[in-house]
Amino acid sequence: MDIHALQQIVHQTRDARRKQTIPKFSPADRDQLIHKYHPDYRASAYRPIRFGPNADDQTVVELAALLEGDSSIPEHIDLTPHYTTDVLVVGGGGAGCAAALHAHATGAKVILATKLRLGDSNSVMAQGGMQISVAPEDSPVTHFLDTLKGGHMQNDHELLKVMVEEGPSIAKWLIELGVLFDRQADGNLHVKKGGGSSKPRLLTCSDYTGLEIMRVLKDEVLNQKIQLLEFCAAVELLSDENGQCTGAIFKDLDNHRHVVVAAKSVILATGGIGRLHIQGFPTSNHYGATGDGLCLSYRMGAKLDHIDTFQYHPSGAVYPEQLIGALVTEGIRSEGGHLVNAKGERFVNELDTRDVVSSSIIRECEEGRGIRTMSGRIGVWLDTPLLDAEHGPGTVEKHFPAMMMQFERFGIDISKDPVLIYPTLHYQNGGVKIDANSETNVKNLFVAGEASGGLHGRNRLMGNSLLDLMVFGKRSGLTAASRALSMPQGKLTVNHLQQFRAEAKKHGNSSGVISPMILPAYTRKEAERTATK
Amino acid sequence: MAQEDSNVIDQPEVLRHKMVSIEISGKKYEVPEGITVIKALWHTGQEVVRGAGCLGGFCGACATYYRTKDDPKVRTCLACQMAVEDGMSFTIMPPFPARKALYDIQSLKDPKQDLFNLYPEAPLCRNCNACTEACPQKIDVREGVWKAVFGDFKSVSEMFMDCVMCGMCTPVCIADIAPNLVALYVSRAQGAHFTEKPLGLDIRIKEIQDGRFNDEWNKVLAMSEQQLADHCATVK
Ligand SMILES: Cc1cc2nc3c(=O)[nH]c(=O)nc-3n(C[C@H](O)[C@H](O)[C@H](O)COP(=O)(O)OP(=O)(O)OC[C@H]3O[C@@H](n4cnc5c(N)ncnc54)[C@H](O)[C@@H]3O)c2cc1C
Ligand code: SF4
Ligand code: SF4
Ligand code: FES
Repeated sequence: MDIHALQQIVHQTRDARRKQTIPKFSPADRDQLIHKYHPDYRASAYRPIRFGPNADDQTVVELAALLEGDSSIPEHIDLTPHYTTDVLVVGGGGAGCAAALHAHATGAKVILATKLRLGDSNSVMAQGGMQISVAPEDSPVTHFLDTLKGGHMQNDHELLKVMVEEGPSIAKWLIELGVLFDRQADGNLHVKKGGGSSKPRLLTCSDYTGLEIMRVLKDEVLNQKIQLLEFCAAVELLSDENGQCTGAIFKDLDNHRHVVVAAKSVILATGGIGRLHIQGFPTSNHYGATGDGLCLSYRMGAKLDHIDTFQYHPSGAVYPEQLIGALVTEGIRSEGGHLVNAKGERFVNELDTRDVVSSSIIRECEEGRGIRTMSGRIGVWLDTPLLDAEHGPGTVEKHFPAMMMQFERFGIDISKDPVLIYPTLHYQNGGVKIDANSETNVKNLFVAGEASGGLHGRNRLMGNSLLDLMVFGKRSGLTAASRALSMPQGKLTVNHLQQFRAEAKKHGNSSGVISPMILPAYTRKEAERTATK
Repeated sequence: MAQEDSNVIDQPEVLRHKMVSIEISGKKYEVPEGITVIKALWHTGQEVVRGAGCLGGFCGACATYYRTKDDPKVRTCLACQMAVEDGMSFTIMPPFPARKALYDIQSLKDPKQDLFNLYPEAPLCRNCNACTEACPQKIDVREGVWKAVFGDFKSVSEMFMDCVMCGMCTPVCIADIAPNLVALYVSRAQGAHFTEKPLGLDIRIKEIQDGRFNDEWNKVLAMSEQQLADHCATVK
């Protein structure tokens, strides 16, 4: 049957569903559901890491292979630096821009190197908003408790307290730079309710929150004349004789040359892992989300935290084919959009945490209540027209212009037709373990943003990532810059690589892949082309 | 570049197998109907470095010129958001060396007047409308430029909320205006200078500084794991 015919049940059941309330799961039921259906619990997708700082810890096979992978850098390479700086920021997303701006503001010399263009990142795509407890009935403590609950009580308390307490001053900083957050009639910041939060706390810029923040931060990086190295991918870090971090080696993607940067400290803000397509999942992530920062830090001896848990966003597009994996913002559910199975029934409280909602969608599909597209994909309905029915015609268009446009390009009007969704690989819950200043256990190696771990526990709450980027970008930048003033530049060596390779050898050699990955291999090779003809 | 051989992006079983003829930068290729322009590049064996960023329609890295079969009109699109069709011809747009003015947004004294110092070309718009036609985000760019010049910064900031900074409005401008950069300046000025300060935010910042939540913090942070879990369960 074609999609249009299958949709009819959503329209037919809408009015009946509007009267229903679906309770949240009890803690016991929720645990049972997650253990049975969440991809994090699919044992066959996991294996222990053989060596390195997290030896014997479990992670998904895709990541394990990269962590055990070898560097592309030979041991005897000319390390005469092309550039020398106080602070080297790697990555041009939100965390990288925030780190660079704050470090620069103290007077330190900063270089920002990034794999694609400045701003080509996950950060530009954040639509849902940024959690900051600004409402009078809300408080940083409540924000803390909500996040802890969402993270299955596994969050690092110190990091979390820092984040929620610094949130309001971050909002102020962004407003002073010109970020246009949505306002209430009285001029105060408008807050929306996000999944898993007990109070409305999401600051938004219509459904372009990440884009608006990034437009402003990118512009500010340029205005401050921070030195940029675009299309430069970090392929190895540098260490001195004590194993402290002293810079990085990049591959210039335009001319394939190596670029050596000597730095007193390095801030990795390289973002997430969606493009590893863990367990074959499609992803909402940007082109360069290949977990490079994890591999680079791991080889230097930095410990990773919670790298066995990933966030599968409940609503990735399943139809049309061109939008596979693309995010359908949670905002739709925040404003009351229902999830509906093939029988026209709701099956979960739409505002439960992401892991719960994703697990229940997978359950519906595995138990035969999903909707199959002609191309063989499966999903459930998200009732978008309901928003217009509830809040008046034009609501979808007014509140979700980005999403309207995205589907309109393929001839779909989401204010009239529901959209078909299935969980999509969205976020790396864990990452490199950091302290409250965003530093790893390797001295002078900082990690900020999605690449870091601990803060979000085993499940990140919606809207907490944008705040994480700003808070820990700032902290890493300030700490790195202040330290630079009182220290000399360390020696440039790749001694840590020798050690890593020796360790690999002891455990039956590296995985055979070269890491970091840099970009996913989407380019079809000749052999594949003939095979499919 | 990477080592993975499994190509999850165009799994053959999910593609409709009908093939269409397209032209990429003047060369003919056959690709499955309906895949995106970016995927068509991958499908035809091209390495994409410049020309792809977010893959989600937000970063503007994939600005592309295209033409459909027998239509003389050259249009623009975001390559990650556009499906190929039979007879289509396209080329990814190279980066364009537009001039961005440098400014310190916070210390501007008269942002509406400063616009003319920073972008003196802005009032020279000749109304040709090419920028509006070039915009893949359907922004009325020409109108935005005029509103900026007339000091209606608020409208500009609203109109350009959809701007992905793809820069396609720039090479077409006969007055050498970079409308997106003008709009970015205007939007930032609107946010930093002409928008009411949110009082509640300052109050909250002060509350935190004054330690208003300290008692609650002390209570929460002293809890055992079990107590904390029980306490979290009570937060509704
Ligand atoms: C579609 C989508 C919607 C989202 N919505 C929200 C939301 O509403 N609210 C929220 O809080 N969070 C949201 N998130 C999550 C949030 O946007 C990301 O977690 C966050 O943007 C990550 O920021 P980052 O700076 O750590 O990494 P990114 O923004 O991904 O930036 C990483 C940067 O590092 C560069 N890089 C990577 N590897 C290398 C290398 N080897 N060398 C040099 N540079 C490198 C990349 O090119 C990129 O510029 C969303 C995420 C996605 C994908
Ligand atoms: S205004 Fe210009 S830069 Fe912005 S989206 Fe339109 S064409 Fe692209
Ligand atoms: S292209 Fe330039 S001259 Fe033409 S309408 Fe746009 S801004 Fe004015
Ligand atoms: S790749 Fe970002 S808009 Fe197309």
